[in-house]
Amino acid sequence: MMQRRLFLSGISALGLGASRLALAAGPAGDARLVVVNLRGALDGLAAVPPIGDSGLAALRGEAWAFEPGTEGGALDLDGRFGLHPSLEGMHALFTAREALVFHAVAGPWRSRSHFEAQDLLEGGTERRTESGWLNRALSVLPAEPRGEPRIGLSLGSAMPLLMRGNRPVGSFTVPDLPRAAPETLEVLARWHATDPLLASGFSDGLRGRRFGNAAVGGDPALRDRDGFRRLSHVAGRMLAQRPGPRVAALDLGGWDTHVGQAARLRGLLAQLDAGLLALRDGLGDAWGRTAVLVMTEFGRTARVNGSAGTDHGTGGAAFLLGGAVAGGRVIADWPGLLPSRLLEGRDLLPTLDLRRLAKALLRDHLALPEEALERAFPGSIAVTPLPGLFRPA
Amino acid sequence: MSARALHAVTRFGLGPRPDQPLPADPERWLRAQIRTPAPLPGPDAADCGRVSRLRRDDPGFMPSGYFPQEARAWLGRLLLSPDGFLERWTDLWCNHLCVSRRAAGVSSWGGHYHRTAIRPHVFGRFEDMFLAAMRHPAMLNYLDNVASYGPGSRAGQNGRLTANENLARETLELHSVTLEGGYAQEDVASLALILTGWNIGRGPDYREPEGFLFRGIRHEPGPKRLMGETFPEGEEGGVAALRFLARHPCTYRNLARRIATHFIADDPPAAALARLEASLSASGGDLGEAARTLVALPEAWQPLRKLASQQDYAVAVLRGIGAGEEGVEPLLNRLGAFDQPLWMPPAPIGWPDKAPGWNAPEQLMRRLDWVSALSSGLAANFPLDPPELVERLRGPLAPEEVRLAVARAPSRREGFILALAHPGMHRR
Repeated sequence: MMQRRLFLSGISALGLGASRLALAAGPAGDARLVVVNLRGALDGLAAVPPIGDSGLAALRGEAWAFEPGTEGGALDLDGRFGLHPSLEGMHALFTAREALVFHAVAGPWRSRSHFEAQDLLEGGTERRTESGWLNRALSVLPAEPRGEPRIGLSLGSAMPLLMRGNRPVGSFTVPDLPRAAPETLEVLARWHATDPLLASGFSDGLRGRRFGNAAVGGDPALRDRDGFRRLSHVAGRMLAQRPGPRVAALDLGGWDTHVGQAARLRGLLAQLDAGLLALRDGLGDAWGRTAVLVMTEFGRTARVNGSAGTDHGTGGAAFLLGGAVAGGRVIADWPGLLPSRLLEGRDLLPTLDLRRLAKALLRDHLALPEEALERAFPGSIAVTPLPGLFRPA
Repeated sequence: MSARALHAVTRFGLGPRPDQPLPADPERWLRAQIRTPAPLPGPDAADCGRVSRLRRDDPGFMPSGYFPQEARAWLGRLLLSPDGFLERWTDLWCNHLCVSRRAAGVSSWGGHYHRTAIRPHVFGRFEDMFLAAMRHPAMLNYLDNVASYGPGSRAGQNGRLTANENLARETLELHSVTLEGGYAQEDVASLALILTGWNIGRGPDYREPEGFLFRGIRHEPGPKRLMGETFPEGEEGGVAALRFLARHPCTYRNLARRIATHFIADDPPAAALARLEASLSASGGDLGEAARTLVALPEAWQPLRKLASQQDYAVAVLRGIGAGEEGVEPLLNRLGAFDQPLWMPPAPIGWPDKAPGWNAPEQLMRRLDWVSALSSGLAANFPLDPPELVERLRGPLAPEEVRLAVARAPSRREGFILALAHPGMHRR
């Protein structure tokens, strides 16, 4: 503990800025981070079609080329890349310089197994581990003052590996189940309070629930039938609280488009788009201090398979959105889609390590000390945070 | 209502069912379950191998392998079986030698693994179970032995390909002797070499169903040393090495600890551990003997203090409200929502078996949410009143304040919530 305090005061002595210290000193910091994990592997070439690369039509056929200005055409970003037409909201954010689009991105793993790649994406280590990089990064912060909400927040029914670990984090599921009556909870709380194995978990759990309900209770958005949009809005509302959580994680699944990809992606991308806008609306003014990372475990094959879908691949797309982001750019060291440039002749070649985005979020956005980067991604000092992704605070 | 009978079905079994009478003689009921279990039906090795191969080439083919049907059969038994001790005991060994669907090749083979490699041996000799597990495609896939090459083997291409130590390391540390065995990194490396060539395939003529295949072309030549012993080249060297590990005194201690931690307490009393260890040593690792010893241990009959896992709780509640076959699908979904999906432990050490793994705030809140939702349905349809449910589930083991509160609950629904969510329901 002593060592950490010295380390933090060393940072302030280096004059690295007040906001940096504010967060490092406790949950009073203002920066918000949301990580959205697209489970099942998003096809980056469909979400962010490289409209300037003639190789796309050569590989996938004209129907998959998304020529801007045509029916179902891409929304142009910079002449080289476009966005899938379902991502209208994201396109508006891009135009407002609140979105960065990354392409030819992948983590350091080359597994094409969903579970394994998801574990490595969330674990942040070379081998599978039982804690997530975000949890370990947060573990450098001092504990929240008694009675205040946890800095970390997991939304949805299952705690993702990303958020698991020694650092206690809060969690919230939209209360769509009938709850026990207050007097029943009171009786249960009294019984649990004297149970050595259950007392602290039960009272902590109820406390988290009360905070969540106070933050969003009665909100008409809770009746939204689109579960992801509902959860995103709730995430925004909770992150806007002071004091409140600052780092949240949520999932959207269903991206494993082996069959009939075009129709499925239209719906899924529209759902993602609506959820991101709901998140922004829920955050209100806090959107200005927010960065949202949208990531997935791997990209999909450059070619279309026999079922009008795509199979497990490697390089793909990622997004960084929010008022804190220095947006309006596509960041890609584009390898091209010539067959000779494909990884193993089948996948988009990754040229950007996803960890560089994650590290930039931890260091430059959350202003966490280097120690947090080392804990999150041990032994990867050569993988440096990508510079210049955020507006000066 | 016998306290001892409720103790037996709750601690050793999976919880009482209202449609199953409590055993009149609990010890006898437990001992009667210590027998070789009847084989379970399911896809055979040929089917599993075929599906596994097809899925490898086309990940969209049967995306979950045989998992859905195997899982339903497996959970159906947990829900309905009158032999709760046999099923809990089986689950313990599945967890000890766990495989996880988080690895490729386990979704197709996992059910077959639990049915054929673990279950037939749960009351037999540990070394037979251990060998069956280590030779099974699920384990060879899960811990990467299929990707292991002897660097000096013909397929190793003069050291270009090397041994994968994953299976060797986990098996020493978790399945057998543990760190107490005093082995060194060179023993891990050596066991990995001993097991090179242990792989999956279809036999020399490609006619047999897929299964264990010793691929000599990948096997590291020459005798190898492991923990001071020498083992010959070839498949039989691996068999001998695994038998040596299975019979090691430190393995018996590990197994005794597993049993006592699961059935007695997170920190089991030394005397109980010693008795279990002695029974395993004396019987050459006979798990049936260990089970008989366990049942006779006074420590195993101390008041319930083990904290139920998410699965334990979900199964006990559904059994408690008499759920039939229609409860299987909800149970499968519930395990996912409870973050303990079936056959998907996060790491080779398996699911936690101590309280800190199961008392995190969100885990407890999800239990509460779930029984709150269930209770709405019970209020409308359940044939018993809440106080009667408490009586059936815990009888004399339920504290007086719980009986009183349940009897005075403002509605049937709130009464069921209290009956299913009071602290005693999280114990086994």
